[in-house]
Amino acid sequence: MAITVARPKLNWRERMYLPAIAAGMAITIKHFKNMILGRTKVTMQYPEEKWDSSMPEHYRGAPALVRDTDGRVRCVACQLCEFICPPRAIKIVAGEIPSTDRFAKVEKYPEEFDIDMVRCIFCGMCEEVCPEQAIFLRKDYAITGFTRDQMVHHKEKLLEIGGVMHGVVLKWNEKK
Amino acid sequence: MDYFLITTSLLKIVGMLFIVILPMVSYSVYAERRVSAFMQDRLGPNRVGPAGLFQPIADIFKLLLKEDFSPRHVNTFYYWLAPCLALVPAIITIAVVPFGSTLLGVPMVIADINVGILYVFAIASLGVYGIVLAGWASNSKYPFLGGVRSSSQMISYELSLGLAVIPVFLLVGNLRLTSVVRYQIEHGWMIAPFIGDWMNLGKWLLAIPMIISFVVFTIAVFAETNRLPFDLPEAEQELAGGYHTEYSSMKFALFFLGEYAAMISGSEVIVTLFLGGWHFPGIPDGSHGWIFGVINIAVFFAKVAALIFVFMWVRWTLPRFRYDQLMRLGWLFFFEIALVNIFLVAIIVAYFRF
Amino acid sequence: MPAYLFWIFALLMLVFGAAVVINRNPIASALNLVVSFLSLAALFMSLDAFFVGIIQVLVYAGAIMVLFLFIIMLLDLRVEKLRKINWVASAGGIAVALALLTQIFYVIGNLKAARQTFPPLARSTIDDVRNVGLALFGNYNLPFQIIGILVLVATIGVVLLSKREVR
Repeated sequence: MAITVARPKLNWRERMYLPAIAAGMAITIKHFKNMILGRTKVTMQYPEEKWDSSMPEHYRGAPALVRDTDGRVRCVACQLCEFICPPRAIKIVAGEIPSTDRFAKVEKYPEEFDIDMVRCIFCGMCEEVCPEQAIFLRKDYAITGFTRDQMVHHKEKLLEIGGVMHGVVLKWNEKK
Repeated sequence: MDYFLITTSLLKIVGMLFIVILPMVSYSVYAERRVSAFMQDRLGPNRVGPAGLFQPIADIFKLLLKEDFSPRHVNTFYYWLAPCLALVPAIITIAVVPFGSTLLGVPMVIADINVGILYVFAIASLGVYGIVLAGWASNSKYPFLGGVRSSSQMISYELSLGLAVIPVFLLVGNLRLTSVVRYQIEHGWMIAPFIGDWMNLGKWLLAIPMIISFVVFTIAVFAETNRLPFDLPEAEQELAGGYHTEYSSMKFALFFLGEYAAMISGSEVIVTLFLGGWHFPGIPDGSHGWIFGVINIAVFFAKVAALIFVFMWVRWTLPRFRYDQLMRLGWLFFFEIALVNIFLVAIIVAYFRF
Repeated sequence: MPAYLFWIFALLMLVFGAAVVINRNPIASALNLVVSFLSLAALFMSLDAFFVGIIQVLVYAGAIMVLFLFIIMLLDLRVEKLRKINWVASAGGIAVALALLTQIFYVIGNLKAARQTFPPLARSTIDDVRNVGLALFGNYNLPFQIIGILVLVATIGVVLLSKREVR
């Protein structure tokens, strides 16, 4: 059933329409004036001002590989992240650590570790699944490139973003 | 042949067109964006150059470099003709407007013809062809509706436009726009005729119909230039852009610039008729030295710029009228008000013997 | 004014006037008529009759033709394009027009006044708007008022007719 909404009965002042126009004009000019005088708070001017400093600790930006304080790449190429990654953005080629190495016990290391940032959805599952605390989501969010190839983060790039992680469990170090 | 006249006229035309009008048109687009942004608590374009001042140049390049696409269903000849017809009348209106007193003895008006205001109306009434043709030649429903709306709107508001200026010419007794300015210098501006003659009751009485006439004329100019709240021919939400829906690239830009050029020429006419033209109290005219001639020109364009700001202010405040409201307003209110206003002024003029 | 301007505008006027008749598209006809009016206005202005010229543009090109265009658009006359040309009727029409043209040439050729050359007109210094106003409201005040009433009656009649149709 159609409902008829009764039109409000306007008094002569409202029907003259002019006071309403004047009021509206006053509002817009007030905003204009406040803006000119710099009293209005406006949006952050992005490339000049960034919100990096106020970003929360749990921010999920680009995933990255980290080294520990010994300078070791923490990833052991277990490929769990490759398996869990919902958009299948991660590709790992594992290599063997020579027996002369200090960390020969680890056996595997990632020879190649690519994350396709076109595919990555920043879900953080790789970080969550990683048994080695090797992959973390850092605070980088402006990931750009002119081609698809440029959007693939290789191992070097990932390590560069990741840097050194302090305060992680160092389970592969020799026992004292 | 009077070579002096020809050279100075050519200089005036070229200077007016390329130094004043075209930059003013493109920068009023920029100003519109900045003003609207400020009124909505935004910043507007501020990236290209200092404070975004090179934005219009970037816009022009963008529009020039875009693909000039014509849909296959259009009527090609008229489709190409329409953008030109939209821009040209708006610009050539400026020919009769005195934009300054004199500069080195040369009067600062391109063509001082004795039917000045009629010329303005005649050329302004030709401006509708661009829009109507664009709507029709696009051969598409929304542009067509825009064209039809525009033609009926223009015809309706031309009446109040014409009637609203009659009081001015009742006082001046001459259709020449330079004599309108001359009259206002001697007798005070049209919207404030009591200036300089404070004790005269008749002038105070005269101010009332003159202000009414000013308001009606300004509103009619809003309607003639398709500015909000009367922008029904191009109503974005109803007609997807109206008459220029099918246009792209520089052809679209011509419509856009035509609208702003019409706004500028409309403001110039309003300034000349009601706001004293290039006159500002206390500043002598150009015969006292070239510096005053330049100042007169600057005063004129400052007034025009202030009026353009009002145009923008109104646009970003008031919502669009419904079409029947627009017609009702034009025919039942402004037409009558302007008509009664003529009688009022005639009575005052006859009684107080101006 | 230079004579060549007269020839240019006269030719433009005639060409576009002919185009009004020849064109099959009503909108194109209307626009050609506008250009024809504009050339006519230019001819008036070349005689220093600014008022008449401007009124020509304002009333005919600016108001009446816009109304015409408006109505043509609303009617959507596609039938006109499809209609076949009746060659017999066109030939007859052209014959009548040619006969009239020869007649005019014959009459003008035999008119004594038309053969002598007139001295060029002096540049007018009078305000033609004022003169038109004085003539209208002075000498011809009564006819002017009567015409006004006639137009008013016609307007009321149109309103009445259109109102009846709605019911």
